[in-house]
Amino acid sequence: MNRRINTPFSEDIIRKLDAGDRVMLSGEIYTGRDAAHARMVELVCINEPLPFDVNGQVIYYTGPCPAPPGRVIGSVGPTTSTRMDVYSPTLIKAGLRVMVGKGLRSPAVMDAIQKYNGVYLAAVGGAGALLSLCVKKSELIAFEDLGTEAIYRLTVKDMPLVVACDCMGGNIYELRK
Amino acid sequence: MPNIRIIEPDKIIKAVARLCISANIHIGDDICEALHAAKANETSDLPRSVLDMLTKNAEIAKSENLPACQDTGMAVVFVSIGTKVHVGGNLTNAINEGVRRGYREGFFRNSVVLDPINRVNTGDNTPAVVHYDFVPGNQIKITVAPKGFGSENMGGIRMLNPSDGINGVEDFVIETVKNADANPCPPIIVGVGVGGTMEKAALISKQSLLREVGSEHPDLFWREVEWRLHSRINELNIGAAGFGGATTALAVHIATFPTHIAGLPVAVTVGCHATRHKTVII
Repeated sequence: MNRRINTPFSEDIIRKLDAGDRVMLSGEIYTGRDAAHARMVELVCINEPLPFDVNGQVIYYTGPCPAPPGRVIGSVGPTTSTRMDVYSPTLIKAGLRVMVGKGLRSPAVMDAIQKYNGVYLAAVGGAGALLSLCVKKSELIAFEDLGTEAIYRLTVKDMPLVVACDCMGGNIYELRK
Repeated sequence: MPNIRIIEPDKIIKAVARLCISANIHIGDDICEALHAAKANETSDLPRSVLDMLTKNAEIAKSENLPACQDTGMAVVFVSIGTKVHVGGNLTNAINEGVRRGYREGFFRNSVVLDPINRVNTGDNTPAVVHYDFVPGNQIKITVAPKGFGSENMGGIRMLNPSDGINGVEDFVIETVKNADANPCPPIIVGVGVGGTMEKAALISKQSLLREVGSEHPDLFWREVEWRLHSRINELNIGAAGFGGATTALAVHIATFPTHIAGLPVAVTVGCHATRHKTVII
């Protein structure tokens, strides 16, 4: 069964998501990977405003391909979340609630997810062409100089995801062991 | 010079550009077949749906002319040059120009930074990593194998002692795949290089990813090692996308090279399910 969920997420919806659930995500989400995370965390550390209000928002760990003519975006699959582990607890503390990526998270991220009622959703790595069909709109928001690593606001429709780490400490990567 | 064939750089540039585009868009038939077989072999719903997405993704990439994965990789290029060939110009420059052109025309991602610490994007996905080899004849064989770093980051190398033997080799492969876990986009293709020196082991482990998935090692001993490793890896239950399941690896490919009396180098290159490569002979 595929549950449909929409951004922005209420606290209540996040609480109802369990590791292993399959969901279809629709609404506005923000892209951000290594370089954008480094800059955002730097901004938080010096008390400067972030390029978008992260409160209750979704960050998708991806660096898309450029849009070919007539398309909204190029291939846009998830990148490995583990590399964002050093930055995520700071952003979660600043209000970020939902992360979308692929692969394992650190104990510190798992703790932050539980403490602040967040959730980590996994997209299928390598399915970038398929996932690009879920993106209906793409706007550059910040850090244009970073190219593919800039922050984009994407409007997505029925993006197929799996709840990987839930706010109760459930973890799909542990369930199978 | 008698019997020397001259190849103009423009021919190389065009060939490399075409290979970059084709490799990123068309997942090999061998891998597609292995993904379909893996799907048929799954009994539970979640891994089957993941494998279904991966086969659909390969079809969409092909029909819509999109790269199968947004990580269109760092271009790794293997070149076998016939000793009776002369390239009229700088071959490495021609290859890089081909990569530049292919990535621009394909609308592929530029994923290369100039300095590994200062990290400013080169903006054209160059330079490529190029490996040259000389062979008899008057042709040039070029293989472009774009390498994504979700999987590349999960590789490893260890300089074992000769006394560690085949058990040491197998345990290191399993340890590497276990540590990689869900990160390299399983189901993976595991390239193993045994022997040589440190850099030779790494190189042959990467080259072994070019072998056709489903093909058998010509040597009986190593064929059995591949089978054993393949089944041990699938027993890890990492599964497609790391959500658990019967298929963690589509194949294990081992390449070997003579080594020193004191050593037993072993390298593992992890290839994702979109292990891409295309070859042309000029």
